Amino acid sequence: MPEFTPTDWQAMLLSAQVAVTATLLALPFGFVAAYLLAFTRLPGKSLFDGIVNLPLVLPPVVVGYLLLLLFGNHGWLGHLFKSLGIQIIFTWKAAVLASMVVGFPLLVRSIRLGMEQIDEKLIQASRTLGAHWYDTLFSIILPLSGRAIFAGATLMFARSLGEFGATIIIAGNIPGVTQTIPLAIYDYTSTPGGDRMALGLCLVSVLLALSVLLINDGLLKRFDHKRQR
Amino acid sequence: MKLEVSLKKRLGTFNFTADFILEGDRTGVFGPSGSGKSTLMNLLAGLLRPEEGAIRLNGEALYDSVDGINLPPEQRRIGVVFQHAHLFPHLSVKRNLFYGYRRILESERKVDPDALIEVLGLEPLLARHVTGLSGGERQRVALGRTLLACPRLILLDEPLSGLDAGLKYQIIPYLNKVFAEFAIPLVIISHSLNEMRLLSDQVLEFSEGTLIGQTTAEELARRSMGTSQIGYINLLELHHRLQHDGLYHYQWGDQKIIVAAGSPAPAGMFELSSKDITLFKRHPEATSARNMLRCRVIKSFGAGNRIGIELDSGGKTLISQVVSEAVHELDLKPGSEIIAVIKASAFRRLY
Repeated sequence: MPEFTPTDWQAMLLSAQVAVTATLLALPFGFVAAYLLAFTRLPGKSLFDGIVNLPLVLPPVVVGYLLLLLFGNHGWLGHLFKSLGIQIIFTWKAAVLASMVVGFPLLVRSIRLGMEQIDEKLIQASRTLGAHWYDTLFSIILPLSGRAIFAGATLMFARSLGEFGATIIIAGNIPGVTQTIPLAIYDYTSTPGGDRMALGLCLVSVLLALSVLLINDGLLKRFDHKRQR
Repeated sequence: MKLEVSLKKRLGTFNFTADFILEGDRTGVFGPSGSGKSTLMNLLAGLLRPEEGAIRLNGEALYDSVDGINLPPEQRRIGVVFQHAHLFPHLSVKRNLFYGYRRILESERKVDPDALIEVLGLEPLLARHVTGLSGGERQRVALGRTLLACPRLILLDEPLSGLDAGLKYQIIPYLNKVFAEFAIPLVIISHSLNEMRLLSDQVLEFSEGTLIGQTTAEELARRSMGTSQIGYINLLELHHRLQHDGLYHYQWGDQKIIVAAGSPAPAGMFELSSKDITLFKRHPEATSARNMLRCRVIKSFGAGNRIGIELDSGGKTLISQVVSEAVHELDLKPGSEIIAVIKASAFRRLY
């Protein structure tokens, strides 16, 4: 095992920080988007569906570039945040933003699938028992899609850990500031003699991803067990 | 309860139209599959939006296309008991039961939870999880859940059809007891004539999406005698059981009835086909059949090529079916005295 440098440790910490923040921030939006797609009959729903899923099929570099245009100093959202005194581009916030956008379709798809499996009659029963639509949302739909929300969040978390293309465009590759594990690996592989270090970080990536999947599996099993009782 | 309905709804190629006024607390909706029964339920509960028309419950508009009124389901306070219970799988039996109760104003809580739990026999189930319940238990919880929401009207959509025959007839007494005790009007959908007769006073008859008549379940049963292979089903509520020589003796009005298929319960509901009642002009000297009831002919009615004879037997009504030759030979006309002979094994216990 190679000795990790302080910047390597920082990259690991930053990766975890970015993935957690991106997942938590995306959850409410993902839930709302999935609800709209699963239960409502909005005009232009297919277009909305398409836009939500677009980052899944676009090259992450394209997503990163579009975000750069939007959040850059001349982009209208970048302008807005700048007037509020918030700098996004080339900070760790940009890495969060990149992960949020790229991981979002995975989150929404998972929650939506879960919601679509809820029997419509349960929702109707709750309405006829006197629950308003928002009451039904929180007392029936949310708990019954708990498993799907959890699965979606795990998927998005894992995806965020590996996010590279959009991040390097919008957050840059600044060691100690915006350099996450994939970016650090990229740096090592393009440095002569960095192979050993790159391999070390790859191992960390594999371990992280594997433990996320195992923890997810274990928690889902406990979830089902609780449901069975 | 007064329910005024005038509705039109198109679902693909299916056209639903209904125009009726209901008064009275026990109504059945009868018709073959695809006749629009469930559509009516969904329209009444606010789960489906009609194209035009109006629904008024006790004078209050729930839907009116002219005035642009369309109350959402939670404001209509019309309870629904679905065919497959549809209990919330993530909640315990107790939390399922109180789901609606917790969502209404204190002033509207007219049903006492303890009394209801007692009547439906739910006490032992309260702490259980819904996934472990049997079909009958689930349906009882669903019924309790709907009743505790204290609706102004309860719609029952084939509430018994998912249950096997034994269970089905175990639930009917619960239903009758509950609706009598808590005085909540009900509309029940069913394609079982027996259920209709046990649970409703009047019946709306649907066919191909259209209301074709407002009648009674008794009338429907008499009409179906002509086409049904099992004939007309007499429903007899028998009391005061006495066991004797392996047979069960019951009191039915002024008469004694001997039944082979009894049970330890002191009273019960039995069915008897019109085909199993043989009419004799004079009292037979001896017969293998155990029941010989003195009856008086009230009237006869035709159904297909069969003739139904309505008999008065000690204040109770029986329907026997005969062919037209027998009417002449026995001289069956209103007022004639006759003996109805029934085998003890012809009675089938419902509950």
